[in-house]
Amino acid sequence: MAAVRAPSHPRRRRRARLPAKYGALALLRHGLSGREWPRAWPDQPLRDTYDVVIIGGGVHGLAAAYYLAVNHGITDVAVLDKGYIGSGGSGRNTAILRSNYLTPEGVRFYDRSMQLYRTLAADLDYNVMFSRRGHLTLAHNDSSLRTMRWRAEVNQMQGIDSEVIDPAEIKRLVPYLDTSAETRYPILGALYHPPGGIIRHDAVVWGYARAAAAAGVHIHQDTEVTGIDTDGGKVRGVRTSKGDIATPVVLNATAGWSTLVAAMAGVRLPIQTFPLQAAVTEPVRPFLHAVVVSGTLHVYVSQTDRGELVFGASVDPFASYSTRGTLEFAEGLATHVIELMPALSKVRLLRQWSGLCDMTPDFSPIMGGTPVEGFYVDVGWGTYGFKAGPVSGEAMARCIADGRAPEIIEAFGLGRFGAGELVGEKGAAAVGH
Amino acid sequence: MILIPCPWCGPRDAGEFRYSGETRPRPDAATALPEQWRDYLYFPANPRGEVTETWYHRMGCRQFFVLQRDTDTNESIPPGKPQ
Repeated sequence: MAAVRAPSHPRRRRRARLPAKYGALALLRHGLSGREWPRAWPDQPLRDTYDVVIIGGGVHGLAAAYYLAVNHGITDVAVLDKGYIGSGGSGRNTAILRSNYLTPEGVRFYDRSMQLYRTLAADLDYNVMFSRRGHLTLAHNDSSLRTMRWRAEVNQMQGIDSEVIDPAEIKRLVPYLDTSAETRYPILGALYHPPGGIIRHDAVVWGYARAAAAAGVHIHQDTEVTGIDTDGGKVRGVRTSKGDIATPVVLNATAGWSTLVAAMAGVRLPIQTFPLQAAVTEPVRPFLHAVVVSGTLHVYVSQTDRGELVFGASVDPFASYSTRGTLEFAEGLATHVIELMPALSKVRLLRQWSGLCDMTPDFSPIMGGTPVEGFYVDVGWGTYGFKAGPVSGEAMARCIADGRAPEIIEAFGLGRFGAGELVGEKGAAAVGH
Repeated sequence: MILIPCPWCGPRDAGEFRYSGETRPRPDAATALPEQWRDYLYFPANPRGEVTETWYHRMGCRQFFVLQRDTDTNESIPPGKPQ
């Protein structure tokens, strides 16, 4: 169900030419041969100097490296990750894509990301399994219905396909949803966003990594940053567990550790780290086409192409760096899911996990330069970082290449907190704020 | 979840409490500049390790108290003392 459209953005012609070694025929031939797959990219030795060092090998860091190489010709780039690529938030999110936010800044930004995601498989020559499902945000009371109408108006003004629909229409789209009036929280309506969908998040990470490596970027896994050297307010280098690197430009593209990494450069961030838990069930037959979100019940649910139901919730109620799962989460989740879809009462949970969310005071990211010259941040991604991966990579690559923030991320600068110009994105993550 | 040692009620499930964030010195309302207020409001220390924070026992004694907690292990260090 990959909805790959003809690409519309002008930079596509300049993408890296990759061998189509993952085409359908090549896959079939290789699969039948029984041979091992070769490594998609080689491990490179850690050099002692790079033009740009990106800390964090998730979708944001790898996308920034890819767009630096492909859009701006800057290929002397290292991406460092203390674990393996995609081991942080990029591999722990619930892989939902949408752009029906509440502020014009947010809507424009996330919609650019949706545009990039739609053509990503073709751009990277990698099947990222984008699946356009339709996205429903349920309203269980008058005030949230009012907010849905507000969001629909903002979305339509920005040219986004988004509207408020009634319970009969919701029932038609998601027959298993309990839309009766006898529930504790009756469904009064929903914000319907047809372009929303899900994607394979690991594939996005691997696709960007392979394409970036093919364009000359070095990806260093198992390489932990232990310090950032600055001198006279400028970045001089990065110290890592594998050796020191001299570099004039460092991009902090971490999540969970962003305040700790920024502190190494002497930069403070308005961020507090909270865990967010998610869970997945055993696979069942396809029955749920749309992505369903309920803010009141603190749950979002979608069904993967394999048939598993993926559930997410709001962040845990107190700040922590612990990624342990809790029984309270599983119990609360089950209660709320059964409230929405009673037919799921016999489905078994397969596993649960948690990821770290860097929450900012205004539920918007922090992107661009910092008071330290050459030290850039792409952080504060809270509960909405994955869906913004491509546009963030593109915008941060431009920001590094030009030395100033492009228009699309101007509203998200670190300076807004001192100036008192917060963005106020209450459409973020749709739950629990 | 974790147990929070309420100084009045003893250890209780964290679900009974409301977390109110890091405890930091509040700027003097008469003299503080806007920048100092914004710093106080928006820039927590967010350490990975021991932190001093304020909790509210909403389903118990309904008292605020100060707690030391390790944000990595979630261990509460000494029982909180009254504020």
